[in-house]
Amino acid sequence: MTINPDLQGRSYPAAEVYDVGREKIREFARAVKATHPAHFDVEAARALGHNDLVAPPTFAIIVAQRADAQLIEDPESGIDFSRVVHADQRFTHHRAIVAGDQLRAELHVDGVRAMGGGAMITTRAEIFTVRDDLQREPVATTTSSILVRGEGQ
Amino acid sequence: MSLKLEDLAVGQEIGTRSIEVTRQDLVKYAGASGDFNPIHWNEAFATGVDLPGVIAHGMFTMGSAVQLVSDWAGDPAAVVDYQTRFTKPVLVSDTTGTAEPGAVIEVAGVVGALDAEAGTARVDLTVTFNGQKVLMKSQAVVKLTKQSTPSEQ
Repeated sequence: MTINPDLQGRSYPAAEVYDVGREKIREFARAVKATHPAHFDVEAARALGHNDLVAPPTFAIIVAQRADAQLIEDPESGIDFSRVVHADQRFTHHRAIVAGDQLRAELHVDGVRAMGGGAMITTRAEIFTVRDDLQREPVATTTSSILVRGEGQ
Repeated sequence: MSLKLEDLAVGQEIGTRSIEVTRQDLVKYAGASGDFNPIHWNEAFATGVDLPGVIAHGMFTMGSAVQLVSDWAGDPAAVVDYQTRFTKPVLVSDTTGTAEPGAVIEVAGVVGALDAEAGTARVDLTVTFNGQKVLMKSQAVVKLTKQSTPSEQ
């Protein structure tokens, strides 16, 4: 199966709200072997000027990969998840993610290029919250390239 | 946060960290992140898609390596940008039932650049497994300027 070149430029609207919970921040922090008290202790986070527990710097991957799943599971994409290798990743934080945030992610397919029998696909997730006045507040931008390996690669 | 730009110099070492990884850690990361690709926990599946064995999630390596920077910065929220390329897999042996790690990842960080105007320091991470670099262009940008508060004026 080959990757659909028409994916480039496609975007997927924010499909769900991700509620950032304290225990999820603690669980993720433990999973990446983080020990900073701002991930675990609300008072320690507040002492640094944050409203609540601070998520580790790569926490947004949870939200970004949920957004990516829309593309990977899109039958038109032609992507075989078992042959996907993560090639690069970037997080740009417009502000820290803290417990209590309600995050949404809009996914953009910025690049598709053939590589051998496979393809390199670059996606960007714009992660934001919606304020009371219905304006978007940007929280993080994540970009990710995945290599879909062709047979024998 | 106690770091001040004027006290830092390009080339300055920020420290090192050894991260021991077991198969159980990968299962934990899968659960915490939602990335259940079986190449990270099932040997037969991994070798069946032409990998040498079970490999760590690239995002596990990226996520655990940055803790060196979070701790150095004094606030994980100070990491405003973080990027990497995944160049080699971290192969994690099955040491279940023993006290041995399945892999050890070594992390070292140096100040790679300073930007006085933006008030940021770029930390370049060297992340190796079995003496080989597994991440390339692994760079974390740390915001150093403090919010001015009345007590500081």
